[in-house]
Amino acid sequence: MGRVGIVGIGQTQFRSKREDVNSVELVNEAVRAALADAQLTIKDIDAIIIGNMEHFESINYSEMWTIDGSGGYMKPVMKITTGGTTGSTIACAGFYQVSSGMFDRVLVIGWEHLSESDTTGAIASCSDPIWERSVMAGAVGPLAIVASEYMRIHGTTEEDAARVAVQAHKNALNNPYAHLHLDITVDDVLNSAMLSYPMKLLDMCPTSDGACAMVFAEDKSAREITDNVAWVKSVATRHDTAFFGDGGLKHGDKLRSLYLATEEAYTRAGIKNPFKELDVIEMYEPSSWSALTWVDSLHICEPGEAPKLFEEGVLSMKGELPLNPSGGVISTNPIGATGAVRVAEAALQIRGMADRRQVPDVELAMATGFGGSGWSDVMILER
Amino acid sequence: MSDEYVTLSTKLAMPYRYVAGVIGSKFFTELRDNKKILARRCPECKRVIMPPREYCPKCFSVKTDEWVELSGEGSIESFTIIRYTEPKIQPVEPPYAVGVIKLDGTDGGLTHIIGDVDLDKIEVGMRVKAVFSDERRGNILDIGYFKPI
Ligand SMILES: [Zn+2]
Repeated sequence: MGRVGIVGIGQTQFRSKREDVNSVELVNEAVRAALADAQLTIKDIDAIIIGNMEHFESINYSEMWTIDGSGGYMKPVMKITTGGTTGSTIACAGFYQVSSGMFDRVLVIGWEHLSESDTTGAIASCSDPIWERSVMAGAVGPLAIVASEYMRIHGTTEEDAARVAVQAHKNALNNPYAHLHLDITVDDVLNSAMLSYPMKLLDMCPTSDGACAMVFAEDKSAREITDNVAWVKSVATRHDTAFFGDGGLKHGDKLRSLYLATEEAYTRAGIKNPFKELDVIEMYEPSSWSALTWVDSLHICEPGEAPKLFEEGVLSMKGELPLNPSGGVISTNPIGATGAVRVAEAALQIRGMADRRQVPDVELAMATGFGGSGWSDVMILER
Repeated sequence: MSDEYVTLSTKLAMPYRYVAGVIGSKFFTELRDNKKILARRCPECKRVIMPPREYCPKCFSVKTDEWVELSGEGSIESFTIIRYTEPKIQPVEPPYAVGVIKLDGTDGGLTHIIGDVDLDKIEVGMRVKAVFSDERRGNILDIGYFKPI
């Protein structure tokens, strides 16, 4: 199998309401940006993968709706809908399709126009309707349960989590695409409204409108397009069980699927000491508390050490292993695009194109996606 | 270019009728008619699965073949207190507690409401028991909530 690389990246502006564009125009904004970055036209694209959580817009068949924006006319188009992982799964699928040898250049697009419908209602409909929907409504409750379990196991404080949110928002100030640009303090987070103990408003991600597109290309084609390629080094995916009661999400000590997926991705990439070898991580963290639990799942520290890594600045922009220079999901969450943004931001870091949020000399970057009852995608990129 | 962005506001009311399945139907009829809470044993790993399922998610080999009747008592494994309001989808008015209840004799947790309790006094490991609703309709809220014992 030849190498596969990312040669084009396009993001839209992420905002709470993108009423200036409809969904087709929103998708097109990201597609045009990715094609422009790769200096390609839609004629150069062999296949298209589009991802979104369509019930979040109360639509269906979104790959058909958006075809005038995606450029899929008379091309092979495939839609992917895997919850929060949608955006990272389209990246994995782009890699799979190019590696198969079937296509040379594949355009992947993740998008969400969340403001068009009721996100919490839509998330509630993700739960099993017979067993869990009526008692586990929305995303905050389950994430809050994980948070309280992490607190109990490790003695973590609300200040520890608040620090994570402050770091994410501080990083987002360097990212012109980010939805929220909040200059906030630990006290601001601690004083924000309690949603579901210990989760407060500023611990949680927002809901955003926006899209992200990337062009994946096979070795020779990629090198013809540009000499600045973010090469895919490895990918891994793990899915946990469906019910929250016995699923991996419940376990506050770590996210089981992420723990196993990163382990596999490191092995495939020949990475022995991820903390030393990785230069930057773009991790899917829908809340500050999730970031704590899930940093513990990346094999970069001992269980329970994540709060210390944040407190000592190890994961900050100036630290040894910067986490989410983009501001992460805590600052921007257009669900079907969120995982794609992680991969795109990691690729920008590899290509040295991240402007004010650039980490110096990035050789190896990792992106993760999260969804469902604790599902995880991992993609490792190299220069 | 117009400087006004036109939007259309509407509402989609979708009726649903979800099927509980072979295993779920037995569980919910026993719950409704006899206030019994049943789980299913995996013949391979011997785990008692809650909610009961036809196949063990871990072994995925032979069908589960044995009903196990539970006492309805268990312990709180983890919990949170919901303070935000989503009237259309929440089972009761906030603030209220939800958690994962590890029922005695099972290997999985059941997510449910923790009620009839001082919200500030809930703890992990606290013993609880099922309180059945007076009017039972054959769904998970036939268990109204779990209360401390
Ligand atoms: Zn089994």
